[in-house]
Amino acid sequence: MNHFPQAWGRPRDDIYGHYNSSYLQTANPTQHTQSPVVTGTSVVAIKYKDGVVIAADNLASYGSLARFTDVKRLRKFNSSTVLGFGGDVSDMQYLDRLLNDLDVKENYSHADDEASQLSANNLHTYLSKVMYKRRTDFNPLWNHILVAGISSESEPFLASVDLLGTTFSSPSLATGYGAHLAQPIMRKLVPDEEAVKGISKEQAVDVVKECMKVLFYRDARSMDGYSIAVISKEGIEIKENEKLENQSWQFAERIRGYGTQVN
Amino acid sequence: MAGMFAGPQEMMGYSFNTAPTSASEPRQHSFYPYTDNGGSTLGISGADFTIMAGDTRSTSGYSINSRHVPKLFLIGGEGPKNKGARIVLSVVGFAADGDALKEKLDKEVKMYKYQHGKPMTVSACAQRLSHILYNKRFFPYYVHAILGGIDEEGKGALYSYDPVGSYEREQCRAAGAASSLIMPFLDNQVNFKNHHIPGSGEGHDLKPVVATPLPKETVIELVRDAFTSAVERHIEVGDGLQMMILTKDGVEEQLLPLKKD
Repeated sequence: MNHFPQAWGRPRDDIYGHYNSSYLQTANPTQHTQSPVVTGTSVVAIKYKDGVVIAADNLASYGSLARFTDVKRLRKFNSSTVLGFGGDVSDMQYLDRLLNDLDVKENYSHADDEASQLSANNLHTYLSKVMYKRRTDFNPLWNHILVAGISSESEPFLASVDLLGTTFSSPSLATGYGAHLAQPIMRKLVPDEEAVKGISKEQAVDVVKECMKVLFYRDARSMDGYSIAVISKEGIEIKENEKLENQSWQFAERIRGYGTQVN
Repeated sequence: MAGMFAGPQEMMGYSFNTAPTSASEPRQHSFYPYTDNGGSTLGISGADFTIMAGDTRSTSGYSINSRHVPKLFLIGGEGPKNKGARIVLSVVGFAADGDALKEKLDKEVKMYKYQHGKPMTVSACAQRLSHILYNKRFFPYYVHAILGGIDEEGKGALYSYDPVGSYEREQCRAAGAASSLIMPFLDNQVNFKNHHIPGSGEGHDLKPVVATPLPKETVIELVRDAFTSAVERHIEVGDGLQMMILTKDGVEEQLLPLKKD
């Protein structure tokens, strides 16, 4: 008699061949994100005297394929903060749900109390703990996030957190290619916190638009449709279907083998 | 009997798994959980003071993340601003681990005061920090920590650590990206290495100068010289110099500019 109850009533391998149980396997190791799949490119942001301007294009790439052209990568959180997501889009959507839950919970506890609402710096601390915990578990959320808004002290706030949980703050910030292409342009305008006090909203918006244009010229994973948000004490202005203006591709004429000129 | 436990590849087998197959072997991970955020720190202790310093640049690769990310943290004291704190921790290496370490140590020093009704001594805090680091021996905090304070006798105290918690009380220590540039300078200027009394003898009879604690003003000058020199020769060091001067009266913080190139 067979002493393994699991074997009773099952087809015998020596008669029917080995049973292909691969589709039944549940004992696989849990899968973690080891590399991003559908990705968003740069996010750029700059502080000005009364607030912060942040922008990101509306493209979600699948490798080098421009796969989704209407993905909004700026996310509003209550009336004080806008988050800009670079990196994996599905991880962004997970964080979006996480923040929705957080917002609902916060509203239950103190909806009518403006002063005790989570401010931009609170949200940045929260996100940095989430990101650091996930990297420590070897299960990272593959994003680089900019947090733009108004702090608990009613000051403009801009800070970043990435997939390793690294955090830093600066008068201007940019993720991905933006760190190489947009940051030098923005740092010319706001080299330090002192300079922020002399920058108007119009100046900040103009430089961010200029940066988005430069990024579109040189970043192959970018697009000319973008979202831009202005956060100040008066509230959040967010425009999600902007188009780049005054593009000049004249420089392309001079590139050998690019335009009409061959060789 | 052994055949009954055999895997699917053998003749006599079962239609269910009796042992793990190759499919469930651990997979190669490509995610690397650390990065280096550059920068340098240094600490020097004197007869009745300790000076801690660090640059404020944060880097990743050749990029500057920010020109102002402090590496010196007050430990203990009251509330989130650490009012009245008497201990300073400096961390350099992987900044996210540094922040986590700082928060953990700060929390434990504050809990100590709630539970014992007295502030933690520097020596106790130093040993606690060693334990915190060693607790993560097999997934370390990737940081070089230096802890500064004033000991029970009123003397300047300085402890330096490796990432897994080995620690030692010293007169001076440089850590981080430019430590190999700064430490030999400190050996010479603080511990008087290779200093000899002129004409005290020939060869091995030459008498070394005995190291004595330096005055505060001299040490501040040494710290500034160390960093301005390191900025010239190391690309990850620059932007700002954060200094904390610990005395019996408390902690005084200074912020000086460094070259931003």
